[in-house]
Amino acid sequence: MSADPHAAHGQVHGEIEMPHASMRDYLVGFVLSVILTAIPFWLVMERPLSTGATAAIIMILAAAQIVVHMVYFLHMTPKAEDGWSLTSLVFTVIVVVIMLAGSLWVMHHLNTNMMPQVHDTSQLP
Amino acid sequence: MTPHPAPEAGPFLGKLSFDALPFHEPILIVTFAVVVLGAIGVVGAITKFRLWGYLWNDWFTTVDHKRIGIMYMILGLIMFLRGFADAIMMRLQQVWAFNGSEGYLNAHHYDQIFTAHGVIMIFFVAMPFITGLMNYIVPLQIGARDVSFPFLNNFSFWMTAAGAALTMISLFVGEYAQTGWLAYPPLSGIAYSPSVGVDYYIWGLQIAGVGTTLSGINLIVTILKLRAPGMGLMKMPVFTWTSLCSNILIVASFPILTATLTLLALDRYVGTNFFTNDFGGSPMMYVNLIWIWGHPEVYILILPLFGVFSEVTSTFSGKKLFGYTSMVYATVCITILSYLVWLHHFFTMGSGASVNSFFGITTMVISIPTGAKLFNWLFTMYRGRIRFELPMMWTIAFMLTFVVGGMTGVLLAVPPADFVLHNSLFLIAHFHNVIIGGVLFGLFAAINYWWPKAFGFKLDVFWGKISFWCWVVGFWLAFMPLYVLGLMGVTRRMRVFDDPSLQIWFAIAALGALVIAAGIGAMLVQFAVSIWKRKELIDESGDPWNGRTLEWATSSPPPDYNFAFTPVIHDLDAWYDMKKRNHDRPVAGFRDIHMPSNTGTGIILSGFCLVMGFALVWHIWWLAALSFAAAIFGAIWHTFNYKRDFHIPAATVIEVESARTRQLAAGA
Repeated sequence: MSADPHAAHGQVHGEIEMPHASMRDYLVGFVLSVILTAIPFWLVMERPLSTGATAAIIMILAAAQIVVHMVYFLHMTPKAEDGWSLTSLVFTVIVVVIMLAGSLWVMHHLNTNMMPQVHDTSQLP
Repeated sequence: MTPHPAPEAGPFLGKLSFDALPFHEPILIVTFAVVVLGAIGVVGAITKFRLWGYLWNDWFTTVDHKRIGIMYMILGLIMFLRGFADAIMMRLQQVWAFNGSEGYLNAHHYDQIFTAHGVIMIFFVAMPFITGLMNYIVPLQIGARDVSFPFLNNFSFWMTAAGAALTMISLFVGEYAQTGWLAYPPLSGIAYSPSVGVDYYIWGLQIAGVGTTLSGINLIVTILKLRAPGMGLMKMPVFTWTSLCSNILIVASFPILTATLTLLALDRYVGTNFFTNDFGGSPMMYVNLIWIWGHPEVYILILPLFGVFSEVTSTFSGKKLFGYTSMVYATVCITILSYLVWLHHFFTMGSGASVNSFFGITTMVISIPTGAKLFNWLFTMYRGRIRFELPMMWTIAFMLTFVVGGMTGVLLAVPPADFVLHNSLFLIAHFHNVIIGGVLFGLFAAINYWWPKAFGFKLDVFWGKISFWCWVVGFWLAFMPLYVLGLMGVTRRMRVFDDPSLQIWFAIAALGALVIAAGIGAMLVQFAVSIWKRKELIDESGDPWNGRTLEWATSSPPPDYNFAFTPVIHDLDAWYDMKKRNHDRPVAGFRDIHMPSNTGTGIILSGFCLVMGFALVWHIWWLAALSFAAAIFGAIWHTFNYKRDFHIPAATVIEVESARTRQLAAGA
């Protein structure tokens, strides 16, 4: 919000808030991303762990990678844009989780119940 | 089932040929003749009175949120008349087709009519109406000069209009979908709908969907970024709050519709198997996806109207809104919960008990915040000095009607009951009960409430009351019989009936539809009479209802720049607070005002998109590629247009504001 109450509201150009980014942020983000990418590659190529553990660690590192990208490249700190970035992120995550988890749940049920091989209705979940 | 076998696609005109024109349908020939004559009349009149320049410069290319809002309302009204014509034809067919009669519509035509009715009423009537309303009112309520992205606003409108135009073209060139308004596969797949109807459906909605999504983003940013100083989130008027939540829902859910329709389009155009019966496709996935969009959509429609009812109840009861905070929280709860109920649209598809009971319970839970809102309105009225003006009458009609619709909704939320009532006329009665009783009655309240703000004169009360009573009585006559029929097991979308004992109920429903038609007629007369008698109905004050929110602080209609000085907000009901503290209107010290410039880019780009949609429907590939490229290059070209803003000189502002000062002095 402009301090000058007479200023036009429909800001066509100028006065655009830029995210507070520094070279250091980008470098930290880049190094972290490289590390988080290198570990899964190493895990898969050398196979020091069991398949299950490898998959689990890769998933966890992928999630960490997402957070690194959001913090260092998209500058989504809790304070960015008066907290609106974080709020909209939380809302998006909630909606996406509801949609994905719900669809998987619903479609699993429908597949189990409605595909041609099922006849015994007493076994329906 | 097409009347003619689809011709081979040629390289130049694709599937389009002379056979696409419906010469075999006398009803369409007559309609076409009437439309052509009407269009010649309108174009002739515009040319005779030399209005093309005025329309182009002041309306089509405008970036003023107020004019765009009015254009949205006009689009909604025109499409409403089309959608209602479909409704009347269905009512007539259903009351006619008894005792061995086939009625007057063949199956091919009837199926298109019920599909078009649903699509048009939701996408091209309800959506333009609420978008137009939010466009007009929200910037005024928050003390802004315009929306955040004025050009985008113009573009959004024209994309919506292009989608509507493509849907209307299907009436006379080719055919429309015969699938029901959500076009479930496999029926909507290429195997069962080989003709162009579903393609018109897909591209009409995709083009309009771009406009809807962009206007949603625009209004969210406007509300979050452009509020007048002092207006914290919890000092925002309720209508702005509900608009914010509605637009958040738009932005979060319309991409799902876009993606789902894209997958359906891929199935139809390039032979993928997302939703086919074989090769691993699952039509059930389409139903799942489309309702993840579809349920938030109904809250997108109703939330802004909840805001309207809050403003109207508070203004006409002369009281602060009861429970503002709970109203805001109820709105936010509905926003989240609306994503948790989609499966109740297909309980019968076979999910099993655990899934069905989960979604049955969430559906019942969502009625709690809605109920809280109703009590808030009732408590606002309690011990208030209620003025029964037209907006308040519509609000009370809404409360009585909507509660019945809500309760039948809770009945349907019980999965075992839904197994009996699914896809029956009970369901049809239920959702018309909430959409007419909620969305339409809310729009009529809003139109009667804010018309004086938009045009500077009130609407005629006599014709308004006739319209009101016809609508309310007509609604109950038209839809209560459908509840009865639904309970007796009559399913939706039937064309012919065997059981003669049902006919009386359809006769009552048809009578109700005719009474509603009288209500629509009375409303058009009300507009005409009000414009005719505008000198008598004039409102000089800009605040005809003793309003409470900021939009009543400006003149009616507001100047281009809305507020010469951005007001500073101290209280929730900002304008009421200003009046109470004997706020002095600033009369000096005006400065230049920075404003966005009009541009024709929006209408031109949308024109390209309309051509592209038509070309895709008819498989005219060269034209589709050409118009797509034109739209992309047009958009890039527009980014190099640096003449996008100007200043209204202080002298002009002084002139406008002094005229306003004289007007107020004359009124006082």
